[in-house]
Amino acid sequence: MSAWRTSLPQASTAAVQVDHAFFWVLLISGLILFVLLVLIVGFVIRYRRGSPAFRGPLPKSFKHELEIGWTVATTFLAIFIFWWFTAGNGLPPRAAPDQLEVHVVAKQWMWKTQHPDGAREIDALHIPVGRQVRLVMTSQDVIHSFYAPAFRLKQDVLPGRSTELVFTPTELGTFELFCAEYCGTQHSHMKGEIMVMTPAAYRAWLPRQPHGDTLAHEGEALYARFGCGACHAPGSQVRAPKLGGLYMSTVLLRGGASVKADDAYLRTAILEPRDQIASGYDPIMPSYGGVATASDVEALVAYLKTLEKGGEP
Amino acid sequence: MSDVAHPAAPDHPATPGSAVPPDYLHDGHTLRSWLFTTDHKRIAILFALSITLFFFIGAIAISVVRLELVTPAGDLVSDDTYNKMFTLHGIVMVWFFLIPSIPATFGNFLLPLMIGAKDLAFPRINVLSWYLYVAGALLTVVTIIAGGVDTGWTFYVPYSTMFSNTAVLTAAMGVFVNGFSSVLTGVNFIATTHVLRAPGMTWFRLPLFVWAMYATSLVMVLATPVLAMTLLLIVVERWFDLPVFDASRGGDPLLFQHLFWFYSHPAVYIMVLPAMGVASELIACFARRRLFGYSFMVYALVAIAVIGFFVWGHHMFVSGQSPYANVVFSFLSFMVAVPSAIKVFNWTATLYRGSIGFDAPMLYAFGFLGLFTIGGLTGLFLATVPIDIHVTDTYFVVAHFHYIMVGGTVSAFFGALHFWWPKITGRLYPETLARIAAVLMFFGFNLTFFPQFVMGYLGMPRRYHVYPPEFQIYHVLSTSGAALLGVAYVMPLFYLIWSFRWGARAGANPWRAKGLEWQAPSPPPRDNFLTPPVVGEPYDYHPPEGPTAAEEQVA
Repeated sequence: MSAWRTSLPQASTAAVQVDHAFFWVLLISGLILFVLLVLIVGFVIRYRRGSPAFRGPLPKSFKHELEIGWTVATTFLAIFIFWWFTAGNGLPPRAAPDQLEVHVVAKQWMWKTQHPDGAREIDALHIPVGRQVRLVMTSQDVIHSFYAPAFRLKQDVLPGRSTELVFTPTELGTFELFCAEYCGTQHSHMKGEIMVMTPAAYRAWLPRQPHGDTLAHEGEALYARFGCGACHAPGSQVRAPKLGGLYMSTVLLRGGASVKADDAYLRTAILEPRDQIASGYDPIMPSYGGVATASDVEALVAYLKTLEKGGEP
Repeated sequence: MSDVAHPAAPDHPATPGSAVPPDYLHDGHTLRSWLFTTDHKRIAILFALSITLFFFIGAIAISVVRLELVTPAGDLVSDDTYNKMFTLHGIVMVWFFLIPSIPATFGNFLLPLMIGAKDLAFPRINVLSWYLYVAGALLTVVTIIAGGVDTGWTFYVPYSTMFSNTAVLTAAMGVFVNGFSSVLTGVNFIATTHVLRAPGMTWFRLPLFVWAMYATSLVMVLATPVLAMTLLLIVVERWFDLPVFDASRGGDPLLFQHLFWFYSHPAVYIMVLPAMGVASELIACFARRRLFGYSFMVYALVAIAVIGFFVWGHHMFVSGQSPYANVVFSFLSFMVAVPSAIKVFNWTATLYRGSIGFDAPMLYAFGFLGLFTIGGLTGLFLATVPIDIHVTDTYFVVAHFHYIMVGGTVSAFFGALHFWWPKITGRLYPETLARIAAVLMFFGFNLTFFPQFVMGYLGMPRRYHVYPPEFQIYHVLSTSGAALLGVAYVMPLFYLIWSFRWGARAGANPWRAKGLEWQAPSPPPRDNFLTPPVVGEPYDYHPPEGPTAAEEQVA
């Protein structure tokens, strides 16, 4: 039997917060449990059958005051714990200016990660310490869950949409990565390692990695391969929305509604073009759901985001 | 027990000149008289036998899982077998044991007796409810024969619809059919409580067990159709390839989780509200004390049943649901903790100035109280979003819900089994053995599940066939606890069967308990009461009102 785990490293800012909240909730619930235990054991000993304790009826005034008292007290305690630990901490952190965006694609039963310059890894993730990381994650098949216990972070990874995890690693070292959402036969083998390095080591490590193209370049190639330009190119015979400067602009939809062209919109527009038809255009684009893989869609979206207004492909 | 038993009380206080009707066990001996019965008591026995069988099927499945986990490598069974075993354990234990456990057996047997009725409102629907259970259960057996199912009891999509090559359809149909059994039982209980109460049995004289059955029935009737619909959508997607949940064709996998937990969170209350009802009966009787805060106990039951419908999103804090929704569901989850806490305080206060006996049912009730409290308090951690993000889908959650459903509900189930055994069979069980089993169950349970809290917080994910070796010690502890727990579950099987044949005769009211069911003979005849029961205040174990605090000080 090997070493026995008794503690977890606190390797991110979130880890400190979670352990802090855990400590206080443990203390509060421990106190409640202790008081109840003392009362129950006390009553059991004092009022065991045959003991000489006084057993008259309860005083009349006793009942309602106690009931109302502990109902109010429990309600306030519950609201207090909620306010202290969830109301302030339940929302994801703000984006830092030097945020590092890493794309993660999960599939049965492996993790594929890709850095902004195109460096790719399998079942591993190298990140620099002290810099905020934003993982943009999607799944190629079933639902998985990116779980890094040392960071106290977990986020499900879904097919057909992207989920994000924003955190700042604070400790150097190698930490475990698990899949926490049951995903089939080899679920428990879907593991990886997260290596937190010094920024200098990270910079030195990056170029030594097998590089795919950058995500956006890859997207450009896919744009050509899928023949998107046949309709979307400026001189096309087919009337289709122009893509330059589309990202984060406001799109008027058929029927009068409008929508902001964010990541989710672009993804839906590729997978399910008929969901949101741009005003003034015919619903003629076929779905690329069966053609483009999850990583293809991520690459296409990354490419579309680079297109400036007027700088059509 | 000698101080409460009425050793020589005659079973049937027969009035001269009238023939005493046979008790329900002897009212017909053919198989036909059982299979076509409409007697709520016989149907309760049919349910009890079937769920006991499924309890042991679920237990065998988890034994394989616990044995596999003794070592960190996957060396006992293959990964597919492991996945099928924990799935089978979940499906069987949730739908074919826990959901029907207390309602379909003790609820069926006791509800009419407790309100002074001859039977449930719809006796034929009642037996149909059992047949539907059997149909669902048979589909589950077919699933096992067909090689099992590996989706986990939660049937998450798109794994269950597009990726699993196992018998998902038969498993889902089994649960679907069984759902109708729940709904029919629920409708029956609601109607019975409304229309068949004996004269004088007002709503606020109902025993807490009846209130618990009523609240449970409301949840069964309102939530189960959502499960039925959700399972049908799986069938539709798997069978007819209609993309309801397939994201690449416009479906939404999260929709499934919302629908599933909209049923499955209230389902937790289907499992635990009846246990609360049982605990209320047991604690009042063995403390010889009027239940403290009766009306607050009723309001708390109803509040739990109602708020329980609005907290399902706390199962989905990491699912990709909006963080704002997380905050709202977190708040509502804290709110559902309040009525549960109030119930625990009231049970504790009931002990005050009592005359507490330590018969086996009371030991089980104490077990329930302690384990339910730990289960409830660990719920506070899970309602706190940042903590939940870390511990959800780890063994922390596994430990938490087992404390509620096994520590709470199964303890209460065994408490009920011992408490009402004399009423059901007319025999006394062997007290010493029963106390040993109760204590063993408490320690076995804690040894099994407490280490799971620790390894969960240290990052051990659930549903893992192989795991990092540093968790081995916790798994070894857990498996040894499960072995003790197994002994504690098998013991009653033997001594209760023995007592059914050879136990001492119980008399109508061996516990000197106050519910109407104890005014009927043990075992009761077909129509329950020989003379119309006399309805009084509930839990009339001691004089109701005393002097004021000031008067008491003077005295």
